[in-house]
Amino acid sequence: MAKIPVQFTLNGSEKAEFIDSGTTLLQALRDKIGDTSPKGGCHQGTCGACSVIIDGELRLSCLTLAETCNGATITTTSGLAEGGVLHPLQRAFLDTFATQCGFCTPGMIMAAKALLDHTPNPSRDEVVEALSGNICRCTGYEPIIQAVLTAARANSQNAA
Amino acid sequence: MALALQTFATVKAANAALKAAGTRYLGGGTLVVRAANEGDVSVSGLIRSTEPSLSTIAVAGDKVCIGASVTMAAIAGHPELGTLAKAARAVGGPAIRNMATVGGNLFAPAPYGDFAVALLALDATVSTDGGETPIETFLANRDGSRAVVTSVSFTLPKADSFRFLKVSRVKPKGVSVLSIAGALELSSDGTVTSARIALGCMADRPMRARAAEKALIGRTLTADGIAPALAAAGDGTSPITDPIASAWYRAEVLPVHLGRLLLA
Ligand SMILES: Cc1cc2nc3c(=O)[nH]c(=O)nc-3n(C[C@H](O)[C@H](O)[C@H](O)COP(=O)(O)OP(=O)(O)OC[C@H]3O[C@@H](n4cnc5c(N)ncnc54)[C@H](O)[C@@H]3O)c2cc1C
Ligand code: FES
Ligand code: FES
Repeated sequence: MAKIPVQFTLNGSEKAEFIDSGTTLLQALRDKIGDTSPKGGCHQGTCGACSVIIDGELRLSCLTLAETCNGATITTTSGLAEGGVLHPLQRAFLDTFATQCGFCTPGMIMAAKALLDHTPNPSRDEVVEALSGNICRCTGYEPIIQAVLTAARANSQNAA
Repeated sequence: MALALQTFATVKAANAALKAAGTRYLGGGTLVVRAANEGDVSVSGLIRSTEPSLSTIAVAGDKVCIGASVTMAAIAGHPELGTLAKAARAVGGPAIRNMATVGGNLFAPAPYGDFAVALLALDATVSTDGGETPIETFLANRDGSRAVVTSVSFTLPKADSFRFLKVSRVKPKGVSVLSIAGALELSSDGTVTSARIALGCMADRPMRARAAEKALIGRTLTADGIAPALAAAGDGTSPITDPIASAWYRAEVLPVHLGRLLLA
């Protein structure tokens, strides 16, 4: 079958690839483009490990066809650090021991970023709700919730 | 197996393409791409349309028309659709809600279809290029439906006349044990003058609780007043059994939750 051209902005840089029609964004990012930060956990929409931000909205890359992302702006966890300095969310995840095996972490960070981008000072309930589509088998969630609240506080201190 | 996607600017062209064997419409993809990932080879071609009207929410007075591609997140965040926000927020987690469309929810098999339960209680009309169908008829015939759903329309209920409840084990996000929507009108003395109650997970697709509706007419929303409706709640139901709950359990708890919804 003829390959389909797709073009989008990934973490600030233009990407263009030829893919098979029906390729998921998760496959395109990991296997074609080489961004392995989104993880394939379930491929069923249930674990959230593949979460990315597309045009400002949290989405599941395992259920998104890459060709529907033509012209989109996509953010993944690998694009968060700037010049070797970790993003406040990444820093907070390390500081609060919110990452153990790490498999859920990039998805959690994307879900948290999507929350903080719209709601810079969330309540604990808002954090729980924002992470509700993401599963973690290691941490028991509490350190992750603390990490997001810590990053939100760090953000608001920087903004003050 | 490769899954070929074809995108059309118009619904008309998408409808023509859907005539080919093995094709299916692509909404947000949360069910149809998931099925492909799981190895469902019955679908070889996905069709979608980018016609702008599919993504539009139009509110004129109390008349609402929601394009089939509108997402649950867009409904939950719409300033004039506050009464429906709870039902839209009942669907999945944040990422699912950013993807899941109204059109797809009409086709979602139980335990899914929570928003369609709300639309059924609202007596919505489902539109395709071929015309308009009452939602109840649409749901009954949906397995044979090939046409692109373009929109759903309904009269916006007054905030206090519409109620929605989803029961799930995992909070805040979890698959439904059951969901219930009720559109009730009361006279000035508090007796029920009209009632539409829709149930999710009590059959393979959203259904009306007709016996309970009938038993509510002329009654007040008190424990005594609703007792006959609760006794009749299970009439005609055949709940699903899945890893969340057995049919027996769903049937047992339905009157409890209907009671909570009516007395809330
Ligand atoms: C992790 C997870 C959790 C979920 N939780 C819930 C939940 O809590 N509640 C709930 O109700 N659902 C839930 N769902 C199911 C699903 O996300 C929703 O029902 C959603 O609304 C389906 O819409 P979609 O646009 O993604 O459908 P798609 O997957 O795009 O399509 C589903 C079906 O509908 C057909 N279709 C879609 N749009 C149209 C149209 N415009 N015209 C004709 N046919 C059309 C497709 O051909 C397909 O057969 C969940 C799914 C996942 C993966
Ligand atoms: S891999 Fe996408 S939700 Fe699990
Ligand atoms: S850290 Fe292992 S799954 Fe979350």
